[in-house]
Amino acid sequence: MIAILIRDMALAIRAGGGFGLGLAFFLIVTVLVPFGVGPESGVLREIAPGILWVGALLACLLSLDRIFALDYEDGSLDLLATAPVPLEGVVVMKAVAHWVTTGLPLVLAAPVLGVLLNLESGGFTWLVVSLLLGTPALSMIGAFGAALTVGLKRGGLLLSLLVLPLYVPTLIFGALAVTRGAQGMATATPLLMLAGITFACLALLPFAAAAAIRVNLR
Amino acid sequence: MSIWEYANPKKFMQTSGVVLPFLVVLTVAALVTGLVWGFFFTPEDYKQGSTVKIIYIHVPAAMMAINAWAMMLVASLIWLIRRHHVSALAARAAAPIGMVFTLIALITGAFWGQPMWGTWWEWDPRLTSFLVLFLFYLGYIALWEAIENPDAAADLTSVLCMVGSVFAILSRYAVNFWNQGLHQGATLSMDAEENIANVFYVPLLICIAGFILLFLTLVLLRTRTEIRVRRINALMARERMG
Repeated sequence: MIAILIRDMALAIRAGGGFGLGLAFFLIVTVLVPFGVGPESGVLREIAPGILWVGALLACLLSLDRIFALDYEDGSLDLLATAPVPLEGVVVMKAVAHWVTTGLPLVLAAPVLGVLLNLESGGFTWLVVSLLLGTPALSMIGAFGAALTVGLKRGGLLLSLLVLPLYVPTLIFGALAVTRGAQGMATATPLLMLAGITFACLALLPFAAAAAIRVNLR
Repeated sequence: MSIWEYANPKKFMQTSGVVLPFLVVLTVAALVTGLVWGFFFTPEDYKQGSTVKIIYIHVPAAMMAINAWAMMLVASLIWLIRRHHVSALAARAAAPIGMVFTLIALITGAFWGQPMWGTWWEWDPRLTSFLVLFLFYLGYIALWEAIENPDAAADLTSVLCMVGSVFAILSRYAVNFWNQGLHQGATLSMDAEENIANVFYVPLLICIAGFILLFLTLVLLRTRTEIRVRRINALMARERMG
């Protein structure tokens, strides 16, 4: 399973695309927002937590279809499905690889972009903590969506349609934690809920995703 | 005699063909009675005036929007566990109906909210979770449409329906954290001390019964259509082979 993780990470990094693309997209979204809402720092400060979370979420969405699509096309997904490793484990490892190559860079870049949006100084810690807790759920839910649509010719748009409603709870608690942290309020409740969602997703969704892959490989 | 007999499409077609005309009559009777009674023979609310009458469409539609998803969940589980095609087709047939009920609830809610709250839309927990439910319906239907192999489509949409149910409930409670509600509490519940006044209560119940019957009628009708489509496809495939 570790081998799968390393292989997927190496593929993602060497093939380019996913790795830098998500980051660049995140940057562009956060840069575009001030053009849209105007440069008043007060307004930007207020909406910064939400914008950063939505930006991270959309950037995460970009590379989702690559989780299984390439392996499906060249047949290595069939090999993985018949390998002695449980398919559920493969799914988790692929989601983790996606998180390391997409989610983690977003987490690291978020504070820098927070400066651009005038995020309250108390909010930076909570921004990183909430993204660290929440983005693995985004990758796992995305892997489930990718598993559902892997057999389709043009699954990309459908994938977004399926996955975005599933992202609602994660987004709500993630952005709420940052907003509360920036205003100096207690952040324990949303962070605990966020952690709960992430761990529940990691524990349960691999089974649903593996079932979907088996159907698609039939 | 067991319920599983109707898993046989032929048996299902026979029985539903007999039941359907009665259902149609009952639906029309209940809806006409309930709506006419509700619209013309109930007093106006002292605060809300005549806008209170939207309740006869809004509440039943909202109830059925949720119950349609619940029915799809049960049908999906039956498909996954016992692999009865009629069940999968019933889930497929129910989805657009549920989506339209969701839309009706949202639109009538907007018409109600405009004079009452002074706004067409408010990011209130109930409204928001209905919008999310609408998106779930949209994704579910799109997945059905996108996959060509009918068995794979049934499997994948069933999995989506199960995962979606969990996330829909999660979203419902997540939005409570996010915004305080403007929407009033439950109009009808078994254990509440105070329900809606009796003059409104009876026609509302008839309307709800009418909407349930309407849903059943439409689901049966659409399931029959789906079975016929399946048969035509099979016939055409056989034609091409021969």
